Amino acid sequence: MSDTVSRRTVMKGVGATLGAAAFAHAMAPLTEWTQDLSVDQFLQKHYKELTRDELTRVLVHLKEETKRKYGRDVDIQALPPQEGVSFAYALNLSICIGCRKCAEACHQENNHDRRTGNSYIRVLEMEQGSLDLEHGNANYDHPVPAEGKYYLPVQCHQCDNAPCVKVCPVQATWKEPDGIVVVDYNWCIGCRYCEAACPYHARRFNWAKPEIPPEEINPDQGYLSNRIRPQGVVEKCTFCLHRTRAGRLPACLEACPTGARVFGNLLDPKSPIRWVLENKRVFVLKEELGTRPRFFYFFDK
Amino acid sequence: MAASRHLLDYPRFLGRLLWMSTDGSWRFYTWMTVLSAIALVGANAYAHQLAEGMALTGMSDHVSWGLYIANFTFGVGLAAGAVMMVIPAYLYHDHEMHDVTLIGELLAVAAIFVCLLFIVVDMGHPERAWHLIPGIGRFNWPISMLTWDVVVLNGYLLINLHICGYLIYMRFLGRKPRKQWYLPFVFLSIFWAISIHSVTAFLYSGLGGRPFWNSALLAPRFIASAFITGPAFVIVLLQAIRRFTGLPIGEGPLRTLMSVMRVTVLLNLFMLGSELFTAFYTGGTHATAVRYLFFGSHGHHALVPWIWTAVALNIASAVVVHLPATRRHVWLLNLACALAFAGVWIEKGMGLIIPGFVPSTLHELVEYVPTVTEWKITAGIWAFGLMVLTVAVKVALPVLSGQLAASHAGHGEENPEAKQAT
Repeated sequence: MSDTVSRRTVMKGVGATLGAAAFAHAMAPLTEWTQDLSVDQFLQKHYKELTRDELTRVLVHLKEETKRKYGRDVDIQALPPQEGVSFAYALNLSICIGCRKCAEACHQENNHDRRTGNSYIRVLEMEQGSLDLEHGNANYDHPVPAEGKYYLPVQCHQCDNAPCVKVCPVQATWKEPDGIVVVDYNWCIGCRYCEAACPYHARRFNWAKPEIPPEEINPDQGYLSNRIRPQGVVEKCTFCLHRTRAGRLPACLEACPTGARVFGNLLDPKSPIRWVLENKRVFVLKEELGTRPRFFYFFDK
Repeated sequence: MAASRHLLDYPRFLGRLLWMSTDGSWRFYTWMTVLSAIALVGANAYAHQLAEGMALTGMSDHVSWGLYIANFTFGVGLAAGAVMMVIPAYLYHDHEMHDVTLIGELLAVAAIFVCLLFIVVDMGHPERAWHLIPGIGRFNWPISMLTWDVVVLNGYLLINLHICGYLIYMRFLGRKPRKQWYLPFVFLSIFWAISIHSVTAFLYSGLGGRPFWNSALLAPRFIASAFITGPAFVIVLLQAIRRFTGLPIGEGPLRTLMSVMRVTVLLNLFMLGSELFTAFYTGGTHATAVRYLFFGSHGHHALVPWIWTAVALNIASAVVVHLPATRRHVWLLNLACALAFAGVWIEKGMGLIIPGFVPSTLHELVEYVPTVTEWKITAGIWAFGLMVLTVAVKVALPVLSGQLAASHAGHGEENPEAKQAT
């Protein structure tokens, strides 16, 4: 009897060892994953809780990491929102020709993954006489502007009642005092609930590590905006806050050949955005959802 | 005094159960080996996904949730439905049902493990899960529905672990379980079962930008389908237990569960019909996703075979479960269970999660097809869930039937009635 018991125990031991070895073998690809995982990053606090010193250390660390992974010296800053500034954007649909220069500029400015050709802007070719997105097409491939069509570029609307901010389980995304919805890429857990919640298809997920040649990297970077995002986190348009918080204009606006894009500070009576809002008939997309966008559309006539 | 004794005895009890769980017939070893092999294939696929990124899945920015969240949603229903055995047992005093409530609760525990794993494999950064811990991380409660889901799922797991652990431990000690230590939790678990599936439905129905999900009927539909899959699984499980352990399980519980299914399969079909009526009679852009799901749209029809299979399976299960012969032939009942289980699995998966994303919010039609990686991980998680369930049932039953008890004396309050408890 004791003989069979001990045989069974031995067999169990053999089984357990084989099982453990098989498990270790199955999980072997994880060594690659853990190489990219530093203790500092694992323990890093939420952006809003970092002290000035901690933030400085994080920025230095991020610069070193970019150098190591992408072979390029970059400058990563964390510009705070300015007092008395509240950003908004407007777009003149009468003169947008659908050339997608804005999307291309966004792609370069924000260090998007080259393989997928990602951009925060999608331009829909719309049927004249319809505002129904169902009659739009984002994948047109012919000379523009086409007869009987108009063009509707869509990017993050920086909603004041943002569904994406509401649904995030860990507050990895929030609205800054100057009206811009940002993501802490070092806090996002990658659940993509925000992506499901956004009615404007404004969010993107890093399904793989972004690929980008060193010479194409835009070295002027922001912690909350265009630094190269890690794999497995969500990202979005920030009205180029690394530029706009320094008094410059968004890259998409500068790239627009027709001047369809208007950007500025809502609190400044002399800003062009104020002129548009006061003198044009403007509308927002999907107003019925109550998201209160700060991205406005208007027609000349 | 007594409490400190439990501090030592309870771990010892768990240890004995664990050791016992590694003993079994050749059938048991074969079953567990097969499941381990599938789970290992899944673990390997997951390790690759974690290292190389979720680009290995078929998901995209347009369809950002896929097979994992679909199975998660289905698993929550299974967990909620499993506890529904408790309602006839405790609310309607059906004593025969008492014997099987514990099986339902063990199934709920295994199903919650499955759900949690599906959430983990869907995360881009699982190592940051600590950001979800209230106090340490930044828990966006009560604003985010996902935080509610975290609370109710983990709470449900704890409640059921407590009930099962307590009842089995007491039986192990040969004592009569004290009502105040489990009955309140049993009633709480009924309420909680409803809440886990409702909150999971609110996760979707709260999104104004997704018209396909933005329906008040979603939560009731979730509950109805939970009351199909839970009983369906338990009916088959009870027969497996009867066959492989020789434990006497009467026809009563099977009959009760069948009666539950007779109502819920029809209710589920009725609600599906109601949604279809609203979509198609009204028409317009709100019906786009439903049209895509059932008939395809602009040359895209990836989901059409899925949803019609689901509808066919659900209707077939409704017919079979209502046949008079099903009361006499258990194989017909099992057939109805299998049809219903598969039908709801598709309906809550490919039929619910994916069409929420197609067309996208800008009305782009980007289709989703799960990759081999996703299927491997999915199969691995279900295999792991079955391992948990097998071990749980296997160790619980000998204790319940009195084959295993604390060997040492010294525990007073022995009670001859203990066997009738639970």
